[in-house]
Amino acid sequence: MAYSKKLIDHYENPRNVGVFDKKDQEVGTGMVGAPACGDVMRLQIKVSDEGVIEDARFKTYGCGSAIASSSLLTEWVKGKTLDQAAEIKNSDIAEELALPPVKIHCSVLAEDAIKAAISDYQAKQQSDDGREEEVA
Amino acid sequence: MNYFKLFGLPQKFGLDTDLLTEQYRELQRTFHPDKFASASALERRLSVQRAAQINQAFHTLNQPVERARYLLELHGVDLDGGTSRVDQAFLLEQMELREALADIRDHPNPAVALEELTDGIRQRTEIIIQQLGEQFQDASRRSLLAACENVDKLMFLNKIQHEADEICDELFEY
Repeated sequence: MAYSKKLIDHYENPRNVGVFDKKDQEVGTGMVGAPACGDVMRLQIKVSDEGVIEDARFKTYGCGSAIASSSLLTEWVKGKTLDQAAEIKNSDIAEELALPPVKIHCSVLAEDAIKAAISDYQAKQQSDDGREEEVA
Repeated sequence: MNYFKLFGLPQKFGLDTDLLTEQYRELQRTFHPDKFASASALERRLSVQRAAQINQAFHTLNQPVERARYLLELHGVDLDGGTSRVDQAFLLEQMELREALADIRDHPNPAVALEELTDGIRQRTEIIIQQLGEQFQDASRRSLLAACENVDKLMFLNKIQHEADEICDELFEY
């Protein structure tokens, strides 16, 4: 099976590998997994007060396509608002990396991960608002 | 054809795999295509089909994950689709186990570290297998959905066990 140059580049030189402090108020964490292949993916975003994603990190244990999909995603989400990031579709990732049909599920995993990270961040902000109200 | 009936075993998750293996060998002998060498073309073809079915049935029932999937299928539960049926805490733990496994080569005593890790995986696996037994016995809608989640967990655990085995082979050149 021939993989695209972009995919191989992201696999060999993954961008933004690492971890943010999960408890940090401005960090959203998305953990997803695909039981069929045992892949686990953690995607984190750091969001500004204006709701813009300033930075992103990922760690993926899985195949090259899953690593490349999440690496590409961290590049894409930087500078985007949460709404814009939520609009990223797995098909965009699959197309950019020219994923073969059997690897499309890796891009689905990445889309699920960014969605999970965004909802984690939003849930955090809401619970924080709640606390402030209680204090007031 | 029901695989449990094929081997004359009760339809449940907690299966006596020794008995399964015994029944399998017995059936294999009975339906081995060699025994039909002088039979008609139709009978020969049927015996080949039968032998293939017996193999398929054995491999399905012999492995806990496959057995659970098959039981869910018999209960009419669809297992496909969905990436994250398992809870966040479990995924986080998987991530940590994977990280620990990835660092094992740099560990001062990789053999001990690997054994501890493998023990942890085995314990988690045993707990899930026990839960699956209870969930299939109960067989309520709720229990069956919980069983689906456990099948996913088991698949993650099998995967990491497989990776641990590979590192073990690499470290100790078995």
